[in-house]
Amino acid sequence: MRKLSISSILSQLLLLFFVIIWIIPTFGLFISSLRDKDLLAISGWWTSLTTTKVNEIYRMSGMDSQIEEDGYFKIKGKLFDENSGKKIQSFGITSKKINEFNIGDIATFKDESEVFLDEYGNYEWRSKIQFKKKKGKRLFTTSLSPPAFTFENYREVLFKEGIGRAFVNTMAVALPSTLIPLIICSFFAYSLTWMKFYGRDTLLAIIIASLVVPLQMSLIPILTIYNDFGALFGVAAKSYPGVWMAHTGFGLASTTFLLRNFLKSLPNEMMEAAKVDGASHYDIFLRIIIPLSIPAFASIFILQFLWCWNDLLVGLVFLDQVPSEIILTAKLKELLGSRGENWEILTTGAFVSMTVPLFIFFALQRYFIRGLVAGSVKG
Amino acid sequence: MTILNLVSIVFLGVLFFLAYFHISNYILDAYGKKTLKVYNFENSLRVIVFIAPAFIVLFIFILYPVFETIRLSFYDKFGREFVGLYNYKWAINDPEFRRSIFNNLVWLLVVPTLSTFFGLVIANLADRIWWGSIAKSIIFMPMAISFVGAGVIWKFIYEYRGPENTQIGLLNAIIVSFGYEPQAWLTIPIWNNFFLMAIMIWIQTGLALVIFSAALRGIPKEMIEAARIDGASELKIFFSIIIPYLEQTILVIWTLITIIVLRIFDIIFAMTNGEWQTGVLANLMYDWMFRGGGDSGRGSVLAIVIMIGVIPILAWNLYKHRQEQKV
Repeated sequence: MRKLSISSILSQLLLLFFVIIWIIPTFGLFISSLRDKDLLAISGWWTSLTTTKVNEIYRMSGMDSQIEEDGYFKIKGKLFDENSGKKIQSFGITSKKINEFNIGDIATFKDESEVFLDEYGNYEWRSKIQFKKKKGKRLFTTSLSPPAFTFENYREVLFKEGIGRAFVNTMAVALPSTLIPLIICSFFAYSLTWMKFYGRDTLLAIIIASLVVPLQMSLIPILTIYNDFGALFGVAAKSYPGVWMAHTGFGLASTTFLLRNFLKSLPNEMMEAAKVDGASHYDIFLRIIIPLSIPAFASIFILQFLWCWNDLLVGLVFLDQVPSEIILTAKLKELLGSRGENWEILTTGAFVSMTVPLFIFFALQRYFIRGLVAGSVKG
Repeated sequence: MTILNLVSIVFLGVLFFLAYFHISNYILDAYGKKTLKVYNFENSLRVIVFIAPAFIVLFIFILYPVFETIRLSFYDKFGREFVGLYNYKWAINDPEFRRSIFNNLVWLLVVPTLSTFFGLVIANLADRIWWGSIAKSIIFMPMAISFVGAGVIWKFIYEYRGPENTQIGLLNAIIVSFGYEPQAWLTIPIWNNFFLMAIMIWIQTGLALVIFSAALRGIPKEMIEAARIDGASELKIFFSIIIPYLEQTILVIWTLITIIVLRIFDIIFAMTNGEWQTGVLANLMYDWMFRGGGDSGRGSVLAIVIMIGVIPILAWNLYKHRQEQKV
């Protein structure tokens, strides 16, 4: 008994180890997307979970905001928002000695102007002579910063970086690219299962072969067809309907295969009875097959939807990379190139692109797993 | 294109297919039996109505392209003049191609093996622990997100800053805390391939895990209990009962992940774009589709090389299918 409990503890620890390794990357991304972008650039995301010491540089206001009071010219202001919860411990006026003064000290600049600073970042900068510079002087602060999170990055990314529009575009690609194959493949799978016709077995064999054909085999010929088609009718070759049909084509084999496996498991007697009662195939399809297939449809919908939502290659080849057509993954890849150092944009953008898959994952995990286990193979 | 336009074309696109099936079947239902007295004829029409859209799509997007790609591989970059084996000879002598083949092979060796291994181990651990299903959920989660999203996540982990700066990438922060020099992980040839593979393993382990979990439930509890009573250790049970029992499942998962890895494109495209010797076939092919105005001959050869990789799996699937049909 005792041996069992030791091995149980060991397996718990081992599993915990795996879980931590697996969750940390995503967790880090999520935390980073909620951090202030300046802090994000200078400190690791793990430091943001506890109160930490941060060194920052601020610039005071310039001559425009000066007032005359008690025989001094004064500039008053705030270094940072009080809501941030930061408390300054020490500060400096040159980059060489950033901890020269404590709170309450009066720091004197070379031009004999003086500055007071309280721990909440309020400063008063005064001078006997009038301030003449447009920009104020720099202050170097060392402060204790509690964990602070903001949705600022999300606002920036959704509305300024074009991720919001890319989100809409991706939805416009993924929804029809899921529904169309589901519609046409359910009829296809039905006829492959319940209708007798010449060449049915060959067709089934073709579907099974197509399951594993890599989509790279189709890219060049289809791109040529699209370009010829565009030139012939004088329309843009790359378009939403084009990408829907491409996704339909690439998802057709797996959707049909999964649906057929499901339909095959339905009892034959039911169809026969309906036929005797004079029901046509379409009646049977609408009244019997569809109601019974809802769980299978749900699984296949989720698989295909996630595949289309997460796809990069098809969206890259069959859509123009312009704001009205670019999809999230292509946009992210573009940002990786152009804003590679702006981690607040990348992490937030990536998280936005993950919202829909994660929602589906947590809300409909059962159907997702069922679909995968049913043996999804996708070329 | 405004968002309103977009919504309406999405709606119309889906409606078009629904309308096709409804109207054509409605006509057949209403007039079929009266006018076409012969039942068989009505039935064949119905088959055509049911099959046509899917078959046309299958033909245009899979069947025709497969043959066209094979044809194009023997033609010049514009697909106009027959050049025989020229494109294949080019590929064999191209160092980039050799590098890609080599990388692809390493990917094929490492990723399916490790994903399957981790999936099997974790499925076993989680099966016996009360919080196992939460653990499975967490490890399965990367399956839901895109390769590009995963690329951003891991690029952040591998982020490199010069030694004089604070490291914001987790891996370098750990290395530095142990007193080593930070490294630009993705630019170290050979090793960078493994850093990219780690991402794929991180994703695909979830797939292996859920399929194994389902398969584990099929192992009779009595058998394992009996082994325990006989004094077999957990390790012994794992190797002597569970692994032989799951042999088929292991094979299925291994092929599944192999197929996915064979056409791996997104991760490398997003992370390194094939630089620092990380290119694989799918990336090289994408490159040749557009490089210098595109070369359909070379692109097709690369597609065919990827295709050759799946042919054994294809043949095996067809063989299994035929066996099932016989029963």
